[in-house]
Formats: sequence, C-alpha cells, structure tokens
Amino acid sequence: MLTILAIDDSRTIREMLRETLRNAGFDVHVAVDGLDGLEKLEAVAPDVIITDINMPRMDGFGVIEAVRAGSTHAALPILVLTTESAPDLKERARKSGATGWIVKPFDDAKLVSAIKRIAAH
Amino acid sequence: MNSSIDIRQTFFQECEELLEALDDGLNALAAASEDGTIDSETVNAVFRAVHSIKGGAAAFGLEMLVRFAHQFETALDAMRSGKLVATPEIVRVFLRSADYLADLITSARDEVAPTSSAGPDLMERLAQMVPANGARMPAQPAPPVATPAPAAEADDFGFQPITLSFDAAPEPTAPTGFAIRFAATKQLYRNGNDPVHMFRALADLGTLKTRLDSSALPPLDQMDWAGSYLVWDLTLHTTESQQAVHEIFEFVDGLCTLEISELGQETAPPAEVAPPVEPAPIVTDATSLKNGPAASAAIRPGPGKPATQAAGQKGSVRVDLELVDRLINIVGELVINQAVLAQCVQDAGIGTQSDVGAGLDEFRNLARELQENVMAIRAQSVKPLFQRMARIVREASDIAGKTVDFVTEGDAVEVDKTVIERLVDPLTHIIRNSVDHGLETAAARQAAGKPAAGRICLSAAHRSGRVLIEVSDDGAGINRPKVRQMAIDKGLIPADAVLTDAEIDKLIFLPGFSTASKVTDLSGRGVGMDVVRSAIQSLGGRVNISSTPGKGTTMSISLPLTLAVLDGMVVDVAGQTMVVPITAIIETLRPAASDIHAVAGAGKVVAVREKFVPIIDLAETFGHRPSSQDYSSMVLLLVESGQNERWALAVDRIHDQRQVVIKGLESNYGHVPGVAAATILGDGKIALIIDPDETAQRKRPQAGFAPALMTEEV
Repeated sequence: MLTILAIDDSRTIREMLRETLRNAGFDVHVAVDGLDGLEKLEAVAPDVIITDINMPRMDGFGVIEAVRAGSTHAALPILVLTTESAPDLKERARKSGATGWIVKPFDDAKLVSAIKRIAAH
Repeated sequence: MNSSIDIRQTFFQECEELLEALDDGLNALAAASEDGTIDSETVNAVFRAVHSIKGGAAAFGLEMLVRFAHQFETALDAMRSGKLVATPEIVRVFLRSADYLADLITSARDEVAPTSSAGPDLMERLAQMVPANGARMPAQPAPPVATPAPAAEADDFGFQPITLSFDAAPEPTAPTGFAIRFAATKQLYRNGNDPVHMFRALADLGTLKTRLDSSALPPLDQMDWAGSYLVWDLTLHTTESQQAVHEIFEFVDGLCTLEISELGQETAPPAEVAPPVEPAPIVTDATSLKNGPAASAAIRPGPGKPATQAAGQKGSVRVDLELVDRLINIVGELVINQAVLAQCVQDAGIGTQSDVGAGLDEFRNLARELQENVMAIRAQSVKPLFQRMARIVREASDIAGKTVDFVTEGDAVEVDKTVIERLVDPLTHIIRNSVDHGLETAAARQAAGKPAAGRICLSAAHRSGRVLIEVSDDGAGINRPKVRQMAIDKGLIPADAVLTDAEIDKLIFLPGFSTASKVTDLSGRGVGMDVVRSAIQSLGGRVNISSTPGKGTTMSISLPLTLAVLDGMVVDVAGQTMVVPITAIIETLRPAASDIHAVAGAGKVVAVREKFVPIIDLAETFGHRPSSQDYSSMVLLLVESGQNERWALAVDRIHDQRQVVIKGLESNYGHVPGVAAATILGDGKIALIIDPDETAQRKRPQAGFAPALMTEEV
C-alpha cells in the first residue's frame, strides 16, 4: 500500500485529501504546514508527498527544497497543490523540484491517476 | 457514511476560523496603515485566510464565493508583492470585503441569497487596486495557446523542450495505438519522476511493449553519475486518445524529449520541435511568490513572530460538541449520584468524621472539580462574537451614513459556547439599534459639541459568577418624552401613569414597542427589544438599560457562565424544596417583628438598614398557602433584580447551599414565569429553581402604574 503524506494548512482540504486517498486504498498521513510535514517525514516515511504551496511557517517550496536537499528522501515524488492553473506557480514548483502538480479543486480520479504516474502501484 | 457533508461542515467551521484570522489581520493592518509600519507576516496571514477560503469554496463549487475571494486574493497578492501599498483607504475596502466575504459564506452555508449587495462595487474596487499588468482574470483558464519559452528557460535545464502539437492531431477516429520515444533529462529524475511509473501508467491504458535504447550510454569513466542517457521506444496498443497518453507525461512535459506518433503510419514523422504546451512563465518578481517579500518597498519583514504559529502550536484537540455535552450530562449525573450517596450515608447514621464520610467528602470535591473542568471545555472566548459585531457596526454605519468608532473590551472573557451562539441575534439587534437610533447624525453631534464620529463600546467582564456584557454608545440617550408618548399611543400604559425615568426606559422592552419613526433598513426587521429581552432571558440572563440624556445609552446583559449548573440556596417553602440561585442573593436575614411594616398597595415591606424592601412570600406566590402573617419566624433572602430593585423573598427555612444541575423544564412544560428550571436533589426529589427576577415581576406591588409591566412575561 502506498503511504502518502499530505501537507495543507486548510483543514477542509486535508479532510478531502484524506477521504479521497483513503478511498483509493492509500495510507494517508497529514501535516498542517511545511515544518510539520518535514517533522513527520521520518516517522511516516511516505512514498509520495502532496503539499500545498501557500502555508504558514514553511511553504510548499520550502518543503520541496528541504526534501530534495536531504539525503534519505531526495528523490521522493512530491505533488504540489495549486489553486488555479497558474502557470508561473507550476513552473516555479517544477524548478524547485516538484514532481507534479494537482490543481484545486481536484478531481478524485485525476488525483489518483497523478499519484499512479509518479509512484509504484 | 456521508463524508462529503461532513467535509462541507468542516469547511464552514474552518471558514469561521479563517474569517476570524482575516479580521485580526485586517485590524492589525488598519492600525499599521495609519503609521505605515506594515508587517509582511500580517499581510501573508490575511492572504492565506482568503486563499484558503477560496480553495475550499472551489472544492464545493461555491462559485460566487470563489469569484469574490479570487478578486480579494488578487488584491492581497499585489500587496504581498509590494505592488500595492496598504493605505487606510485600501484597508477599509479590505475590511468591507471581509464583511462581504463573511456574508457570502453564510449565504452559501444556509443556501440563501447573500443579504448584502455590496459585491459588484467591492469587486470593482478590488479590481482597480491591482496593477493592470499583474492582473490575473478571475476564473479564466490559462491561455490555451502556447507561447514559446524564452531560450533562457530551456538553457536552465540544458535541453530543448520538445512536444507534439495537438493541433496537428488527426480527427477523432479511434487510433489503434501509439509509438512513443522517450528520453528523460537529469532534471526529470531530480524532481522525483521515474519513467518506470509513467510506463506502468501507460500500461494501464492498454498493452505496452518497451524497448530500451542504451546506445547513448557513455563508457563508465566518462559517465556523470546523475546523468540521463537512456532512451525508450514504447509501443502502446490502446483505444485511448492521444490526449490520454499525453496526460501521463503531463508532469514531465519540458523535462524530456517525447515523440508520440500513431501506430500504423509508415514511419514516425520527424519529431516536431513544438513549443511546450505549458504557457511560458510570466516574468514576475520572484519574491512575490515567497513568504517574505523582502524586496518590497511597502512592506517590511515582520519581527519574526509568526502570528499564526501560536494558535497552531497550542496543543489542542478537536472534539465533537455532542461528546462534550454527553460528558457534561454524565458528570451532572455523577454529582447527583454523589449527593444521593451522601444522603444514604447520613441516613445510615454514619458521621461525617468517619472514613466513609471523609471519603465522600473527597468524592464531592473531585466531582465538583471534574464538573468545572468539563464545563470549561464548552467555554469560548467572546472574541469571535465581538468581531462579528464589529462587522455589524461597519455594515450598519455604512447604511446609516454615520461614522462610528467601535471599541471592544474584554475579548478574552470566556462564556459557554451555546450562550455565545445564542447571543448573536440579540446582540446584533442591540448594536444595530445603537447605530441607528442611539447615535445622532454627524451634524447633530457637532451641534451638540461632540466629535462627529460616534462611539460604541462593547465590553465583557466577569462579575460575581456571571458574565456582564455591555453595549454603550455616546449618543443622545433615550428620548423619554417620546418613548412615554409612544407607550401611551400604543395603549401600553395609561395616559396618566406616573413613571420614573428608569421605568420609562424599560418601556422599550415591551412587546410591540418601537421608537423608530420610520422603518429603516437597520432596525425595522419586525422584531423589537422584547424579543431581545426574551432571548436573553431564555439563557438565564437579564438585560437592563440605562440612559443619560445627551450622554448616551448603555445596555447591560448579565449572563450565567454556564447553562448546566448553578450554585443554589436550597430552601423550604411550605414543605416544598426550592432552589434560589446564589448569584441573585445579596444577603439573608431573620427579621425582627418590628422590622416588618405594612405599606398600602405594596403589601409587606421589611426595613433593611433604613430602606424598605418589599417582601415576596414564595409560598403565596407559588400558591402553596395564603400570605403569611408572621414573617418574623421566616427567613428573608434579599435579592437584587436586574433593574437594581431589591426584594426580600420569604422562605421557611434555609436547608443547604450546593451546586445543582440544571434540568430544563421548558421543553416539557413551556415557560413558567418565576421558575427558571428544576434540579434533582440528593434524595432524588425534584426541586424547582426560582428565577427571582421574574418572581419579583410576577408579584409587583399593586401601584397604580404600568399594568403593562406586569404582564410582560415572555
């Protein structure tokens, strides 16, 4: 079973992610902001990280950069959540090392298919 | 499982919190905009709040909300990136936008049309704030036509992005499959992509054959360990469209060379060097995307105290309110059970000094402590309520065309959650009244030598086991001659009634009374102060009004801290056990016969420190026996009503003083004037809890005035 760490400061989005991903048969863990996510990284040891961009304390770019700069999880697939298909955000996320992106509001099937494209299943 | 409804609920709950954060942030911005010291973290927090609201709203398809939040967010984003300076004028528009956003959220939640029509105007104002070049049009998808990436872009990754142009795709005859040639760049791997996963996803679309072309692999000694040298030739037999195939490579578009051609064609067409599907990145100030726009001139980096951090790290759990209520109920039962047990022990002749007695005593202390702590879970600060009222003031003052300084005090005071929820409507009404009727127009104020801006103060404070909430304005005060005349006109009081000032003021609480000479937008909503009063009474509260002509009016609401228990004096009344709330009792006394006097029309009074206080015989009031002639053998409980009047409740005997669990009667019996609720005593018997204030109203002395005041029970 794939383990997913979902990082978003919005409780609503966290619950939606949890719900959708659980229904798809994934093991889901959540974190409330970038720092929280990094703190949970070792314990959760996810196969995929899904992270929001705009968060307090540490944003999504910070998460990506920290993960990519680390040794153990440097190649971890990371999906970023963007609110609208803002091309500049996608591009910037990719430059900082994001594997892919999901546009909110996300479609359940698309989210799952995005995960399947970047992780073993 | 109805998870989507649950999540929807979560969303609206979260919105409340986000609106609170938004209000906090905007108020901080408003203060800072005056002296020009804007903290970037504040702007970020405000932006995030609106952003999160928009994100959630989009998930539920709440279009109006999304559209407005988007415009709001765009303006905030401009401020975040230093393109927009937070002037007081702009912050005011933000505050109004936050109000409108709150209105939209409420209307979305209740599935009704928004009450405010400020939307289009605010949309326009917000749109004007954004520099034209930086504007992202709301709800408009990225331009479908791709623009070539600047050369520098490609150089960053050291490759030339190649994709197929979809415009050239053949008409939708179902293809039998595709030939795909795929070569990854280093960056593709660095970003955590893995061709294997993409190939597996491709295999999900049909039958996939893969062939690895490793001809580009250099000799080991020349190999860059992180380099990418492998090329794959894939053959996919599928009925899916090229679009579906391309979607698999969505994330790596630009990070690989990709050639897709339909199977069955003679030879694969030479890879077209086409612009990436991805629109070119719009060149923006890179700092605008980061949390700390250090480069911005208008915004100074904050002093490193992330405001949102404290709240997030408090270490709290979210508990279903129902669970808390169940806990409170169980603890209530526990307290009753303890009392029953204590009674049994006493009946069995076991002294309080025994081990059992001592143990029971400890049990009682623990039960009480447990109860207090469980109650505390339900307590919430009045701050969100006060913030909501600030919105009401802004809205009301806008409509009334008055300038109002709104001040709050005691935001941190905590009250039971239900009390707070049920205070919203009455308080809204009171505040609207203050703005609409209480405060004069700027011209009238200046003529009276007052500052043009009116002032409304909303405060909360703990006072002797209750919470006191006051709304005071510095307006003209109650127009007593007018109030009196209206009461006469409406037949509420006889034309010759002799009323004190305080009594005139209280006339506005009578049903059917309204001083509004015309029905205005604000107060004319069909409810009067009588509804406000009964709403507060149903919370075990009291409302009082005091007014000084020319100086202003103060509405005081006194509320119990909790709706579940109260400290009561257990008394005997003609063989019945009754409970009088301790908070109402000022003192108890055993009068000498010489202190009791009969006053014509007012019944018996007792002299307390040279003041005459009317006696209310509880036994008589509740119909247990005719009026007692000999009060000197009885105990008098001196109580003070919300209107600062004193009464002496006559009872036969004081039993005990203890905490009792309130059991509501209203759902079963309706409201009985003079009876607040009931409780279960240690011996399992039921005792009525007296509402001294209402009892006093019931048993008003038969002075000739104001029969209406006596029949106003609601």
